[in-house]
Amino acid sequence: MKQFWAMGGYAQYVWPCFALAGAIFAWNIWSARRYHAAARRRAARALAMADSEAQ
Amino acid sequence: MWTWFYKLASPPSVYNTAAALLPWFTAFAALTLSYGLVGGLVFAPPDYQQGDAFRIIYVHVPSAWMSEFSYSLMAVAGAIGLIWRIKIGHAVAAATAPIGASFTVLALVTGSMWGRPMWGTYWAWDPRLTSELILLFLYFGVMSLRSAYEDGSRGDRAAALLSIVGVVNIPIIHFSVVWWNSLHQAATVAKFGKPDMALSMLWPLLSMFLGFMLFFGAMLCLRLQGEILNRERQSAWVRDAVRT
Repeated sequence: MKQFWAMGGYAQYVWPCFALAGAIFAWNIWSARRYHAAARRRAARALAMADSEAQ
Repeated sequence: MWTWFYKLASPPSVYNTAAALLPWFTAFAALTLSYGLVGGLVFAPPDYQQGDAFRIIYVHVPSAWMSEFSYSLMAVAGAIGLIWRIKIGHAVAAATAPIGASFTVLALVTGSMWGRPMWGTYWAWDPRLTSELILLFLYFGVMSLRSAYEDGSRGDRAAALLSIVGVVNIPIIHFSVVWWNSLHQAATVAKFGKPDMALSMLWPLLSMFLGFMLFFGAMLCLRLQGEILNRERQSAWVRDAVRT
């Protein structure tokens, strides 16, 4: 196990790459979900306003 | 034939397709990425020259490839929006840009981390590295140009134009290692004939490729839905989409 984490002496180069890949994937998920949720909220607000104006 | 195409490219149809595809892309991305990671980090043997440092390939090459693929998709989608005035083209282009830019950052940083032990430097003004950096600036340029306009449709057109002009950089990135003397190695997998790689190393890499593609697909579906909602707020069909 220790040998695996040591990556043949290249641990300081290999692991940050995979950590950054994880961070980039996580950022993508977080930011896409946030963007979608915000767009839904805006659309719902616009619809509610249109409804109240129609009444 | 065109009526069918326009119907397929209509915002509600694309919105529903994206919503339906999202769980499938996510599930298969998780599967292929897991296989690629375990295969690449655990089961693939160390390289005979680079030792375990070669394992960076499993994130570097797929992200670099995706950075070029996303840019090409963004330019084609922008061109479709610009030439045929199909609105969904601009929405796809806008949704693709941040995902592509994030993959470009990943490709640049992992390349730099790989360069240090192999070339002795984090960075060199090498044709491949420089053209990839220009790609990142192009992404930033396209994104800021789109948001610089108050009028969304003018921003779309300007961003589409810039992304089409920037496409010239894609073959430059790809062939830079052939055209000029480069520190960067030439293609190992994407070339005619047999790839220069053992199968135990190649399968996890192909799985990571597929995983990156599927993940990109999932993120595009999610962002595209948001993009369409932002653009179609006034349309009647949005009422059903938001309420469900």
